[in-house]
Amino acid sequence: MLHIVNKSPGERSTLASCLAHARPGHSVLLIEDAVYAATKGHAAAEAVGKALGAGVKLFVLTPDLEARARAGAVAEGIVQVDYRGFVDLVTKNPRVQSWL
Amino acid sequence: MEATGTVKKFLFVNRKAPYGSVYALEGLEVVLISAAFDQDVGLAFLDDGVYQLAKGQNTKAIEAKNFSPTYRALEGYDIEKLYVERESLEARGLTEDDLLVDVTVLDAAGMAALMDEMDVMISF
Repeated sequence: MLHIVNKSPGERSTLASCLAHARPGHSVLLIEDAVYAATKGHAAAEAVGKALGAGVKLFVLTPDLEARARAGAVAEGIVQVDYRGFVDLVTKNPRVQSWL
Repeated sequence: MEATGTVKKFLFVNRKAPYGSVYALEGLEVVLISAAFDQDVGLAFLDDGVYQLAKGQNTKAIEAKNFSPTYRALEGYDIEKLYVERESLEARGLTEDDLLVDVTVLDAAGMAALMDEMDVMISF
């Protein structure tokens, strides 16, 4: 299953909800304002690290990081993908859930 | 209408990240309009609003307008009071060095005191 989150963890609880429901082996893709959750030193780092430790795969969309000047600050264990990688994730996973 | 207008203290409160919603850009446009009215204008950045000032924004791949250089141009409109909340930077792993303009960093208590001095606050 692929989970997609697009809202900032500094403003909405969608990331927390998503991570509470993501199971080992699932993928979580962070796009738009949710990319901030992938950055070093962010208050969300602990929850993200815990998900990684539990076997959830974390991905973050590079164009959205670049727009926000955070491409150089991605935390360890999170994989950066471009739009092609976004499409690959969608086609590779039998189900997609967007946490709006 | 008075012959000579009253100067009021305005604070524009920015609490949203850029690009994910239209608030940051709309707020900036209202700030620029306010410069035409010879008021005492300041900008506050707190919560996700601090991201508006992140240095090195490159919007080429998302095909959106990078409006961050405009913050550097505010000085030319006599808008020089930019306040950033320390706790908001820290919660996001940012420091003053990550910002693209010179700002005054205030803690939350200092920000509250600043807000208390204002005549008008406009939030984005």
